[in-house]
Amino acid sequence: MPSITVSVNGQEYAGEVEARLLLVHYLRDHLGLTGTHWGCDTSNCGTCVVWLDGVPVKSCTVLAVMADGHTVDTVEGLERNGELDPVQQGFVECHGLQCGFCTPGMLMTARWLLNHNPDPSEHEIREAISGQSCRCTGYENIVRSVRWAAEHGGKEAAGPESGLEAEEVPA
Amino acid sequence: MTATDAGAAPVGFGRMHRKEDARFIRGHGNYVDDVNLPGMLHGAVLRSPYAHARVVSIDTSAAEAHPKVKAVITGETLAGLNLAWMPTLSYDTQAVLATDKVRFQGQEVAFVVAEDRYAARDALELIDVEYEPLPAVVDARRALDQDAPVIRDDKEDVASGTSGKHHNHIFDWEAGDKERTDEVFASAEVVVGQDILYPRVHPAPLETCGAVADFDKVTGKLTLWCTSQAPHAHRTVYALVAGLPEHKIRVISPDIGGGFGNKVGIYPGYVCAIVGSIVTGHPVKWVEDRSENLMSTSFARDYHMRGEIAATRDGKILGVRVDVIADHGAFNGTAQPTKFPAGFFHVFTGSYDLAAAHCKVTGVYTNKAPGGVAYACSFRVTEAAYLVERIVDILAYKLEMDPAELRMRNLLRPEQFPYATPTGWEYDSGDYPNALQLAMDIAGYEDLRREQAEQRGRFERGEDGHLVGIGLSFFTEAVGAGPRKHMDILGLGMADGAELGVHPTGKAVLRISVQTQGQGHETTYAQIVAEELGIPPDDIEVVHGDTDQTPFGLGTYGSRSTPVSGAATAVVARKVRERARLVASAMLEVDPADLEWEKGRWYVKGNPSEAKTIQEIALAAHGTLELPEGVEGHLDATTVYNPPNLTFPFGAYICVVDVDPGTGAVKVRRFIAVDDCGVRINPTIVEGQVHGGLADGIGMALMQVMAFDPEGNHLGASFMDYLLPTSMECPHWELGETVTPSPHHPIGAKGVGESATVGSPAAVVNAVIDALRPLGVVHADMPLTPAAVWRAAQGSPLRTDLAIA
Repeated sequence: MPSITVSVNGQEYAGEVEARLLLVHYLRDHLGLTGTHWGCDTSNCGTCVVWLDGVPVKSCTVLAVMADGHTVDTVEGLERNGELDPVQQGFVECHGLQCGFCTPGMLMTARWLLNHNPDPSEHEIREAISGQSCRCTGYENIVRSVRWAAEHGGKEAAGPESGLEAEEVPA
Repeated sequence: MTATDAGAAPVGFGRMHRKEDARFIRGHGNYVDDVNLPGMLHGAVLRSPYAHARVVSIDTSAAEAHPKVKAVITGETLAGLNLAWMPTLSYDTQAVLATDKVRFQGQEVAFVVAEDRYAARDALELIDVEYEPLPAVVDARRALDQDAPVIRDDKEDVASGTSGKHHNHIFDWEAGDKERTDEVFASAEVVVGQDILYPRVHPAPLETCGAVADFDKVTGKLTLWCTSQAPHAHRTVYALVAGLPEHKIRVISPDIGGGFGNKVGIYPGYVCAIVGSIVTGHPVKWVEDRSENLMSTSFARDYHMRGEIAATRDGKILGVRVDVIADHGAFNGTAQPTKFPAGFFHVFTGSYDLAAAHCKVTGVYTNKAPGGVAYACSFRVTEAAYLVERIVDILAYKLEMDPAELRMRNLLRPEQFPYATPTGWEYDSGDYPNALQLAMDIAGYEDLRREQAEQRGRFERGEDGHLVGIGLSFFTEAVGAGPRKHMDILGLGMADGAELGVHPTGKAVLRISVQTQGQGHETTYAQIVAEELGIPPDDIEVVHGDTDQTPFGLGTYGSRSTPVSGAATAVVARKVRERARLVASAMLEVDPADLEWEKGRWYVKGNPSEAKTIQEIALAAHGTLELPEGVEGHLDATTVYNPPNLTFPFGAYICVVDVDPGTGAVKVRRFIAVDDCGVRINPTIVEGQVHGGLADGIGMALMQVMAFDPEGNHLGASFMDYLLPTSMECPHWELGETVTPSPHHPIGAKGVGESATVGSPAAVVNAVIDALRPLGVVHADMPLTPAAVWRAAQGSPLRTDLAIA
């Protein structure tokens, strides 16, 4: 079995995995990071969104071995030193979640959006989350939550070592 | 910044942040697939590729030889335990693992238990099943044909051939007065009829169904973590099915990633996980994948309706009659109160004052997955509301009357409540014209109609290829099942328990039977207690989702939580309040009758400064205070709430669409929703519930195709085929509210979880058909995909439940 070393939320993990192991299962079953969910197998629902080298990916269609030597950020890394990321707070403020299953993926995409577009319009927010499904909220309050984050410190690049290009990721 | 310091929580009703959010935004939710036990094994289900086939043989030897496989279970294994078949919630039987035949594509055939989930899947490939394919019953409208293949040859009355029932026939059910209705129709000036399909859809919660079963051989205790909307009902059914003693079964529903009715039933995978744990002596996890979820678990609707409406020429609606073929799939597994095999479909008279109404529903078997009652349907109020709102629009078309005017003329008036409907309901309260008028005001209805007329003019002059449509719907929901005398599931009356204890320091624990799947029970139920006792919501822990820790109750579906368990919570809090009064009377040395309550304290009449707070009373109740004769110590109470009637929320919806008849593309431009669900406990949560239901309406009306080809192949078995609405299809929702309290509910609340799913599809479809009016289109069935709209515009509408020919 291949050996991989992956930096997840700033911590290095090394171990053997099956070559076919999906990144989502590596995170959940091997590392116990169950905040990242699995929902569809076909890259449609987006509940498995994490960052690979600072870019949102659907971890159900990434192999764990593809993350070897790379950096992964998950929802568990959003809170820093007991401080919620503004996108997390925004979802609380604006009732941006109900069952909570899509929330981790939505939060990761929202954080990435704000890092690249600190003042997104409603349409830009809708476009950013259009690859992710929510069955509870009808998206209205998710859009509001991201706007709330933009207006409350979301412009500062909080959260994970965000939005950096691969070569810029600290070792 | 923390999740709890922003926004002061009200001590009672009002907007407050959800208590449960703190864990979800951190990725610390605990869903079934997050449960990880020492020594846990993983299960996977082998499923049938055929919709209908005889099982000739199953060879599991290669799978059993797989080094990581611990057990392979087949129908034969289960038959030895008398578990190959299980009862459904509709007094039918359902195969757990197929023994004789497979009856729908995706049916469970074998179960593998292995060391990890990948190995379990690998081993499925090693099982060799020989099938003898049989012709399938795909079209529900042909299920009762004399030459239709027999699906349920396992059933005795079919084998005898003497029952007079056709072999694919499940039930006939009627409501209303047929004779009177036929009289009304015979003498009516105008009668309009239409075949209307409410197609098969699937709730598709983002979390699929799954379970972790852990059977302890020493204690004989089974612990089952399960995606269940009804943990107590599940426990009882397991006791009945598996013969396990009920006190040795603990069902835990942890966080549930959406339910929408998909997680009411008991699925073969759950039973197999239990058997797997018993057989291997290890915990066994089984979580289905998305295709399994879409192909095999509770679908919804599939009602093939013929609706007729009778009226006067000037637009007074007199009667409605409906004939329905109900496709229940291969096993009759619908979950609804026993006496109502068509659910609450007989609320199809809607929001109107009718002289007479009648419906006949015929349930049939087809070679499709079982189900029918799911997807926020309020026991088939979705189908009923859609039927009546579609046919009222067709009547308006025929009468050349504005659909808003036709509705306004026929809506029940406030003074008619409580209103006895021709099909046996008693609507509790309502002010319908007020809600419709508010929706029209928010929409700017007259301006929209003017814009539409101008656009039509341009279309007809060939200046613009687009059309604008404006669709209305007015719905009356029927929720909160239900009075136990009339409503039960498998004999279990639909009353809910609640237990409330106040600790010595004044903090409280509420134990309830209903199971949140995102509705925010941990917050709203704390708010109900807060409203009744004056204890801040943050000082109240709501315990739910664990049968060892909560009182019995029927669970969360049919929008019943607030109407039933919400009422139970208010009642149990009032019991505690009355006990507190007696304790306070001892503390203040006054007669209990001389005490008055204001939120949070009892005080002496005429002397408000002489008072004891609920926290002081709680401490005294646990202390050394000498209590009056007959008053027990501590501060707690229990109750079982048996609702006297259902509650009847209602609403008025308006949808505005832009349609390109050249491509069939539909864009929802605006959606206005006015909901009246009685008193709102937490308006933010109510609005969230409405938002989600409106998105359901967009999905069902425009996108979610679940069709079958002639062999019974499922054509919507992934999210690449079964399209869910995204943020791009959903518009900004424009909400309004009116508040008409329920007169019989302790806090006047009515339930809202499914209102928007019930009310919105008709508004969307009515808008699209309204847009197509210049092309002479009177009706087209959901989902109105571009293909369906285009074909309707061409004058040859699609059968959306079948593969496109």
